[in-house]
Amino acid sequence: MTKSELIDILAAEQDHLPYKDVEEAVRKILERMSTALASGERIEIRGFGSFSLHYRPPRIGRNPKTGDSVSLAGKHVPHFKPGKELRDRVNQAFQTTLDSQPPTSEDQDALIEDEPDRLQVAASR
Amino acid sequence: MALTKAEMAEHLFEELGLNKREAKDIVEMFFEEIRTALERGEQVKLSGFGNFDLREKKERPGRNPKTGEEIPITARRVVTFRPGQKLKSRVEAYAGTDR
Repeated sequence: MTKSELIDILAAEQDHLPYKDVEEAVRKILERMSTALASGERIEIRGFGSFSLHYRPPRIGRNPKTGDSVSLAGKHVPHFKPGKELRDRVNQAFQTTLDSQPPTSEDQDALIEDEPDRLQVAASR
Repeated sequence: MALTKAEMAEHLFEELGLNKREAKDIVEMFFEEIRTALERGEQVKLSGFGNFDLREKKERPGRNPKTGEEIPITARRVVTFRPGQKLKSRVEAYAGTDR
């Protein structure tokens, strides 16, 4: 789902509001969240999760082309921790799909085709 | 001090002229629709902010930290957040220490 699809869904649910207002509301929510994080403020949404900053200390990096070392300053990066309701809903739906679909032979073929992707996912961890 | 849904709704009320009820509803639905998409197994991409991705974890050995008893951590699907370049650059510049 993209931002514009999210706007479409919200506009359909809030059909008494002009589309422009819904679009602007989504933009404002994201802008307010970004501003909070940019000023070091946490975001706490019960049942969804929390956003905070993690500090990355200064380090010596390398220019991959020349091999020269460069000193990189310490910085903050955004971090999201999913809340309990989000974790549970995502995982429960996943367990249900696991239980309700015993693989048929066709699925097995599909799984084999999927395998390279899955390996990549595992390797990138 | 942390940003909450109440404060976001207040912000929409002040800046957009939505009434308080509408502002509260739209903030609530914003997060609910993201949860629903993730629950369906769909990635959520909010350009300029970041992506909520789903990862499938295999079963792995775990331990009850209290009793030391070995119990497997079952296979599960988890949500991860990858901040977008714009958000990363804005946050990188933050120099303070209070979080």
